[in-house]
Amino acid sequence: ILCSQPVPTLLKHFLSERCSNILSCFLYLCSAEYPDLRKHNNCMASNLTPAIYAKLCDKATPNGYTLDQAIQTGVDNPGHPFIKTVGLVAGDEESYEVFAELLDPVIKERHNGYDPRNMKHPTDLDASKIQSGQFDERYVLSSRVRTGRSIRGLSLPPACTRAERREVERVVVDALAGLKGDLTGKYYSLTQMTEKEQQQLIDDHFLFDKPVSPLLTCAGMARDWPDARGIWHNNEKTFLIWVNEEDHTRVISMEKGGNMKRVFERFCRGLKEVEHLIQEKGWEFMWNERLGYILTCPSNLGTGLRAGVHVKLPLLSKDARFSKILDHLRLQKRGTGGVDTAAVGGVFDISNLDRLGQSEVQLVQTVVDGVNYLIECEKRLERGQDIKVPPPLKQFK
Amino acid sequence: MEIAANGSRAAAINRRSGSGQRRAAGRCGGWKLLGGTIGIFVSTPGSSSSPQVRQQGANMPFGNTHNQVKLKFASDQEYPDLSKHNNHMAKVLTPAMYERLRSKQTPSGFTLDDVIQTGVDNPGHPFIMTVGCVAGDEETYEVFKELLDPVIEDRHGGYKPSDKHKTDLNPANLKGGDDLDPNYVLSSRVRTGRSIRGFCLPPHCSRGERRAVEKLSIEALDSLSGDLKGKYYALKNMTDAEQQQLIDDHFLFDKPVSPLLLASGMARDWPDARGIWHNDNKTFLVWVNEEDHLRVISMQKGGNMKEVFNRFCTGLTKIETLFKDRGHAFMWNEHLGYVLTCPSNLGTGLRAGVHVKLPNMSKHAKFEEVLKRLRLQKRGTGGVDTAAVGGVFDISNADRLGFSEVELVQMVVDGVRLLVDMEKKLEKGQSIDDLMPAQK
Repeated sequence: ILCSQPVPTLLKHFLSERCSNILSCFLYLCSAEYPDLRKHNNCMASNLTPAIYAKLCDKATPNGYTLDQAIQTGVDNPGHPFIKTVGLVAGDEESYEVFAELLDPVIKERHNGYDPRNMKHPTDLDASKIQSGQFDERYVLSSRVRTGRSIRGLSLPPACTRAERREVERVVVDALAGLKGDLTGKYYSLTQMTEKEQQQLIDDHFLFDKPVSPLLTCAGMARDWPDARGIWHNNEKTFLIWVNEEDHTRVISMEKGGNMKRVFERFCRGLKEVEHLIQEKGWEFMWNERLGYILTCPSNLGTGLRAGVHVKLPLLSKDARFSKILDHLRLQKRGTGGVDTAAVGGVFDISNLDRLGQSEVQLVQTVVDGVNYLIECEKRLERGQDIKVPPPLKQFK
Repeated sequence: MEIAANGSRAAAINRRSGSGQRRAAGRCGGWKLLGGTIGIFVSTPGSSSSPQVRQQGANMPFGNTHNQVKLKFASDQEYPDLSKHNNHMAKVLTPAMYERLRSKQTPSGFTLDDVIQTGVDNPGHPFIMTVGCVAGDEETYEVFKELLDPVIEDRHGGYKPSDKHKTDLNPANLKGGDDLDPNYVLSSRVRTGRSIRGFCLPPHCSRGERRAVEKLSIEALDSLSGDLKGKYYALKNMTDAEQQQLIDDHFLFDKPVSPLLLASGMARDWPDARGIWHNDNKTFLVWVNEEDHLRVISMQKGGNMKEVFNRFCTGLTKIETLFKDRGHAFMWNEHLGYVLTCPSNLGTGLRAGVHVKLPNMSKHAKFEEVLKRLRLQKRGTGGVDTAAVGGVFDISNADRLGFSEVELVQMVVDGVRLLVDMEKKLEKGQSIDDLMPAQK
């Protein structure tokens, strides 16, 4: 409608209508700015109507982050017919408030109907609640839990200044230096690591690279690389933190084998310890009861948690019902290289689908129960027995 | 709000209203949320001050928007780490200079960090000195003079802040150029860029501005007649057949992949408001909203550079008139000449070049020296950063600023003529020592 008209024609139209109303002219100008989303398939494009755009286009968060900045990645990356990306990011904690009119429906669409306007997100990091968290290690090769945390008061990676990013690094590294016992570790700054350290980190599969995905670069997350980026890990290489990559921090607990309970226990313990250490210095994580932990991408709100295993399912993966079983168990499969990779040798990365609306304990239990079920199916198929598709799990408990 | 008679200017005016204080004090509605106060800015209709219709700072997706936030931190906390960098910006930008300039912004809100982001993100190459900074609007060159003047001086052979640049687009002033040997000179081409005054440049423009530039350009180009009559192909609307034809003609430009360009925000919203116009004869071509508002190219097979330059000047002058008729000038001033996005393209923005066969000359020990004295540069036939194929080189003027268009094309014409003469001598096994030119 409005947005498809050329600029001068529209203005002449308004003048001829004797429009001296500032609001109308303001709306007209916003329509000249409205992005062309006709070829787009992402959550932002599905929800950003011209009316919402006009309403939000001149707002800014206290840090000066604007709607155009939030949606730039979605405008620049039209998406894929099969894979629906989110198409927008937050520049700071306040983005989720100031642009709520767009973000709430995006969150609802991405998180299976979770409505931030009237629902609360539960946080539960009590690992003792996990039942049957030890997998059969003839099938499960490794177990891993990851999440992200943002430092309240500092802008997020799409918007942060160099000084803010360095401050994030300082605060986090300072806190991590206080970890003790099996969590004692060391920080490797990307700007300062030696070649030897770099090679070791590559061999351990710990090193992260400058983002190449246009989804990330278009959102401005790669600015000033590699300034204030780094990797911390404990001496035992079972607890790892990425600083200033896609989020302020990404926290990973992992080990070979199937002891998901221990992985999660370390995860919770480490997170709580780090939180305690930053609080001693007057900092806290971004969190609220509507959205849980606040991260850069709306897809990672709530728990930001992905708990997963590398598991051998050669027979089950060839069964026609595999996808449906996963779906009903609220699990997703990936190749062992992570997102957008293929499975090798019947080994899959199986993890939780959901992030928001269920607690950490609930999601990890879902993975535990689900993977145990998948292993049972594999064993039954080995024995020539039939398997059943389980009934679908309820989304929000 | 000023509603200018020319609608397309209105968008630019509103963007640039206000003193750059993007968060007008006193219009915050806020509430407490978890101990923080959130301010929201709403343009109230009927407010007495000019409503800042777009609360825009930089449109870059990079978030270095609100300068006030950065000023909370000390300058040395914000100063980029340039210890591994090799570009003009890094050579010039001291911590003290950063401190002096960081609180400034242009009327449209372009800041120092916006200027230098591409140079921070692209440390450069030990052998090739990139510029490392860009302009977001015409005023960038004034507001950030302290940084850009030395960059310009370094890049443009000692061009001083007090120097004046001569513009000469009268093709009659070119001597010769219609007689380059077509057995050697395969094609001739002249290109430049133009920016439309009143609109922000590609690193900083909003979608509305970019569309306005496109609209104006189409209107102007559609008015061209005679051998300049042509057609516009919008990148987002072209058919597969049109696209293939443009590729075959080597006219189609792609979304930039160079990190030098991407880091400065020039590829935002691709392919919105980008397109290619060319005349029916396929000898005059205009790129809209790629690296600059307009890139204008005149080209043809063979060695008749005079004809190419004639068409170039005629076409450019006509386009300039058509824009002026619609109330728009090109960005130009007597110090910097034509103002473009990259400081390396100031002055004439002109690159006049040929594809020329120099299989013997290019292997000669003195090839580089000859080029240097002639003030020429060589590239592969794929353009910048490509290799020569089959002894065919792209030879063009090395300078952009401080020489007029006629002077630069004259250097190319005279220089290429000499190179071809040298090639012919080498073919016959003769020496070229007596042909060695003096330093221009």
